[in-house]
Amino acid sequence: MATTLPGRAAAGKTSRGGPDPATPPTKARRKWLSWKRSTPYLLLVPAAVLELLIHVIPMVVGLWMSFIELTQYYITNWSEAPWKGLGNFTVALDFSGPLGRQLLRSFGVTLGFTVLTVGISFGLGLCAALALQRFGRGRGFIRTLFLTPYALPAYAGIITWKFMLQRDNGLVNQLITNDLHLTGNRPFWLIGSNAFVSVVVVAIWQQWPFAFLMTMAGMQVIPDEVYQASSIDGASTWQQIRHVTLGMMKPINSVLLLLLFLWTFREFNTPFVLFGPTPPASADLLTIHIYSSSFINWNFGLGSAMSALLMLFLILVAGGWALWNRRISRDA
Amino acid sequence: MKFRGLAAGVSALLVVAGLAACGGGDDSGSEGDVTLTYWASNQGASLDNDKEILTPELEKFTQQTGIKINLEVVPWSDLTNRTLSAAVSGQGPDVLNIGNTNAVTFQATGGFYPFDDAALAKIGGKDHFVDSAFATAGAPGKPPTSIPIYSQVYALYYNKKMFSDAGLQPPQTWEDLVSDAQKLTDPAKKKWGVVIPGATVNASMHFSFIFGQQNGGDAFDASGKPTFTTPGMVAGVKQYVDLMSRYHVVNPSAAQYSDSAQAAGDFARGDAAMYFAQTSGINVLKQNGMDPEQYGIVPIPAPSGGNDIGSFVAGTNISIFKNTKHLDAALQFVKFMTSDAEQATLNKAYTSLPAVKGVSASFTDDQQKLDTFTDILANRAKPLPLVAGVQAFQANVGGAVVSLIAKAATGAQVSEADVRNALDQAQQKMPA
Repeated sequence: MATTLPGRAAAGKTSRGGPDPATPPTKARRKWLSWKRSTPYLLLVPAAVLELLIHVIPMVVGLWMSFIELTQYYITNWSEAPWKGLGNFTVALDFSGPLGRQLLRSFGVTLGFTVLTVGISFGLGLCAALALQRFGRGRGFIRTLFLTPYALPAYAGIITWKFMLQRDNGLVNQLITNDLHLTGNRPFWLIGSNAFVSVVVVAIWQQWPFAFLMTMAGMQVIPDEVYQASSIDGASTWQQIRHVTLGMMKPINSVLLLLLFLWTFREFNTPFVLFGPTPPASADLLTIHIYSSSFINWNFGLGSAMSALLMLFLILVAGGWALWNRRISRDA
Repeated sequence: MKFRGLAAGVSALLVVAGLAACGGGDDSGSEGDVTLTYWASNQGASLDNDKEILTPELEKFTQQTGIKINLEVVPWSDLTNRTLSAAVSGQGPDVLNIGNTNAVTFQATGGFYPFDDAALAKIGGKDHFVDSAFATAGAPGKPPTSIPIYSQVYALYYNKKMFSDAGLQPPQTWEDLVSDAQKLTDPAKKKWGVVIPGATVNASMHFSFIFGQQNGGDAFDASGKPTFTTPGMVAGVKQYVDLMSRYHVVNPSAAQYSDSAQAAGDFARGDAAMYFAQTSGINVLKQNGMDPEQYGIVPIPAPSGGNDIGSFVAGTNISIFKNTKHLDAALQFVKFMTSDAEQATLNKAYTSLPAVKGVSASFTDDQQKLDTFTDILANRAKPLPLVAGVQAFQANVGGAVVSLIAKAATGAQVSEADVRNALDQAQQKMPA
């Protein structure tokens, strides 16, 4: 670095906008290594190194894993694992084979889970924020109460749900069979088809405070004058909500929906704590499915290929969102 | 922006902490003050029960050799994954226990120290051990990577009082077992004929193996290829699932028991009259407040005309991690754990069968129970297939049986075609 850079600078590139174009070329050459010039880069170095360590390198390793046959025979010596090319991807995407079919099924379950969880969480959060906006006293208390699920450690919250959803001595069955007498038979909540309902409910319980928090913050920055102006123009409360509140919150809501979608789609804690490594088919979410394919069956190449596909899908979603959002902001 | 700064700061701290943790294990090389990390499996009724049993024995070892042991008891549900992560990262304990079902799978990873003849000689040689137990130490023809310490077999535990109140004799055949169970089941009083750990993957695999064998089915053919859909295997799994789906003699709630101890609890409370458990069940039931006089033990019966198999050769083996920096100390520790004195003490405490020839089983004063277990191990137990795919067999077939039980519990009839279909899917998931 120290030798090449001044060399390049001497090769007639001095006119390319230095910090002070008026200084003669010799001074500019010396300034190449000055603190002032290098500070921004030096400041970037720790971030760049961390970014490499935390994001880029694991991602590249993960991608590489998806191209090799990483099974129990090679797990302690990766370099000997045979190259499989796209083999893992073909297995994962062969929807006539059992692995591909189950992956597709799991993808569908996850999509349903995500749409329901995000939709309901967002709706609940928005309603709660709107209601609280018109609320005077006690607002702080209710706000804190609503945020509790988000503040609880995820594991503690979910394990409590797991106890409540037990068949024999869970609170939920106690309530609906013993107290309300809605059903004669105690239903299962953690196996069979009800498991899907359980995982959606628990995920909403966890997600909605975040939606509430964000929409509430978004509403607070809308200036009162806009509401006043609209009411002078004769807008009803509903019209105010629709055109002023929601209209001005569009950028916030679109970021919020994207975040919620990405987080929910790759949710791991909730199904794993509720069901363990072998979830019922109705709640076989993608992340757990990938986990079982790699860790339970010890086929890490296949698991990585599935993870790569999941990543690809989420990149597509985020990319589609960015395009859509650009159109929205251009129109606005 | 502030949040970003915070996040960067936190991640920087995490990385530093991570690096420090990686470096931490390397500085204990000085002589005279060796500490071995030992991951013990959960043999007792709880993790604390294990610590109570092991700590005084480990102190004895420290007194004899000056080597300290850092004990960690790991539940079975975590042990396989943690061992696997340790094998991958090279950061693990010095010595650890594994289920003998996984011995060949872990041997294939190359993460464990292979006991060659010289190493075997240091711990007393091959002849020090019971043959059937030593056969589970690894694939035939290769240096074993694990050494047996506790041997177990399955048996049928039955509640003496419930049986005598109903005027029943312990079952001799599977048909007897089913009819007894039907007579003892009374859902209104919350009494059930049998309890099973319905959501426990490894136990479900054990039962599919045992009942498959009774019906003449093998999980693998001679070349090590999976044969899960043979009529014998299908009949065996059906025989097990029928307890729940056809005869309704199991509490449907048992489909959620993801831990064998939950089933033990039901049996100890007298909510279930029969219970399939390994030898260690005696200790687990005692911890649950049930004395050995209250139950009897017979071999798990086979359907009339079937093969008289009641168990596989179950048990726990001890392995040395290949990356250990204290191989000699680790070998001394394995020698200590497999010594006659420790085998006698530990197998008595855990109510398991000693893995060495010099010690006979002594976990109970009840000679009839001892004889039953000894008879099952000698005459009615088959070893699990010694192939590397056995871990995948456990995960896929065990998982398939767990889903079938869940299906039966939620009210669906499970037909033979359902069983074959589930086993076929499990087989297709097996690594080629």
